[in-house]
Amino acid sequence: MATAPSANSAKDTAQYKSHRVFGRTMLYFGATFFAMFAAMPFAWMILTVFKADSDLYDPANNPFIYNDPPTLANLDLLWNETNYRTFLLNTLIVALAVVLITVIAVVPAAYALTRLAGRWGESLGILIFLVYLVPPTLLFIPLTGVVADLGLQNSKWSMVLVYPTFTIPFCTWLLMGFFRSVPWDIEEQAMIDGYSRIGAIWRTVIPVSLPGILTVVIFSFTLTLHEFVYSLAFVQSSGEKTVSVGVFTELIRGDVYFWQALMAAAALVAFPVALLYNYFLDRFISGFTLGAVKG
Amino acid sequence: MSAPPVSQANTPAVSEGRYLLDRDRVLGPLFLLPAVVYIVALVGFPLVLAVLYAFSNVTVGDPRIDTFVGFDNFRAVWNDRVFRKALQNTIVFTLISQVIVLILANLLAMILSADFHGKRLVRFLVLLPWTTPVALGVLGWFWLLDSVYSPIDWTLRELGLLGPGTMFGPGSNMYYLGKTTLAQTAVIVVHVWRTLPLATVILLAGLTAIPQDIRDAADIDGAGFWRQLVYIRLPLLLPIMAVATLFATVFAFTDLTIALVLTRGGPVNDTQVLASWAYFKGIQGGDLAQGAAIALFLLPVLVAIAIAMLRLARRSGAEEGD
Repeated sequence: MATAPSANSAKDTAQYKSHRVFGRTMLYFGATFFAMFAAMPFAWMILTVFKADSDLYDPANNPFIYNDPPTLANLDLLWNETNYRTFLLNTLIVALAVVLITVIAVVPAAYALTRLAGRWGESLGILIFLVYLVPPTLLFIPLTGVVADLGLQNSKWSMVLVYPTFTIPFCTWLLMGFFRSVPWDIEEQAMIDGYSRIGAIWRTVIPVSLPGILTVVIFSFTLTLHEFVYSLAFVQSSGEKTVSVGVFTELIRGDVYFWQALMAAAALVAFPVALLYNYFLDRFISGFTLGAVKG
Repeated sequence: MSAPPVSQANTPAVSEGRYLLDRDRVLGPLFLLPAVVYIVALVGFPLVLAVLYAFSNVTVGDPRIDTFVGFDNFRAVWNDRVFRKALQNTIVFTLISQVIVLILANLLAMILSADFHGKRLVRFLVLLPWTTPVALGVLGWFWLLDSVYSPIDWTLRELGLLGPGTMFGPGSNMYYLGKTTLAQTAVIVVHVWRTLPLATVILLAGLTAIPQDIRDAADIDGAGFWRQLVYIRLPLLLPIMAVATLFATVFAFTDLTIALVLTRGGPVNDTQVLASWAYFKGIQGGDLAQGAAIALFLLPVLVAIAIAMLRLARRSGAEEGD
């Protein structure tokens, strides 16, 4: 452990100050560096969206400024002349259906694991969470067969069926964290007052854990929007695609790239999702620390 | 809903008999049923199916498992030079990117645990690679590294580093995704970019959990930055660092999106990884059996990681019990 208490002289104070200035400078330098590294592709994305063709496709032009006036024509192209709106609608349908399935499965499961299962509830919870780490890479090939057997190939409902396989494990674990902090006296009080167990859960536990359930909704929604592998493997017809795959496969055709429209399509979805996710991120991480950190 | 709502009367009736559903032993399994059925049917069963596929001759056109071919698929896969390259790439990309992530995540977590102006904005920007859908973010990289219009190339040209008679050669473009070493580097950089935020926020959770009095005591005792780092931060952070690394490793090791969107395995399969090779063989090539066999090579590492995580979780659970 630390030793050698320093003498409190003026020299030390001056040294401390210069150390501090150096530290602060390094801090700002580091923060700027990491922020730029992380945001670089997105900055380039947004810059591109409003560029005119004549500006963008001239390698001699300074790419960091608008050499020609910025234009909205690319957004118009994306919105009116591509399947982007269909992709958005499909994404929304899939995401909402997945959220619904997830909430229905996860709320009772998390309750059972925290309240009813006793000591092995926690272990079982960790096991379920580990299912989240079974990667799509391992499952997408057999699931393609399953989806085909069910007659869902090339349909957005294949994604509705399969996406809960990662939202349920993750969100069960997440919600268990919430349920652990519910004061159970209120539930017991409701039962003493004559409610059945389910009546008591409905009237006390659910209202108290609404923030937790909202977190589940947000995460199953964003995780669905993040998914790429399954939808790439299951869906080939343009009318059934979601944004992350549709943008990638439909807006790049052979050698013709609609770069501005492509970047607009990506940015329009990426940023709202990032904002949502960012807001709830601490919840997400508390799930990931596996109890190695006590909050 | 899994359980029928029994007795939802608005006025609580004084219960006389005990409802069946009030018993923990009945209600518990009933509540778990939907989640467990989902996981067993669509994770457990497909995992078994993957193994069956790998030992049979199923294709997209004929997905019925009727003929078992023993180890034929594994033999065919193994004898393919592209597969060897993919296996090697998967390991090398993961190792290099995760060592870099571990170092950078410690730095970044330290930065984000300090107070400074604009911290919220920096945090938002730094987390973007993780919070945005990965396919869309990687599209941004794809365009950033474009063979003709890359702004990096333009900057190098302006600085006199690229073009005839300069450091990076006579061409006026680098062709980041068209040359083997550059493309492999690009894939590693994008892996770092993608998993760094995850590792960082996990570490950050550990960092804020170091009791303030320990840090205060160290400050009062005059422990400098390095001393605090080596004797306090690192030992206390070790378990959480392990957790962060394990998670980030899973995502990097099994990634398919970055490989597909950024390089599609190219140039000439030089950035092919197990996941992408399984996709090209299994889905694009229609040979589900070989695709499944390729993907199964990921399994041993994943099982090892899962066991390591269980141990970590158990250890922290045991400490809590003390």
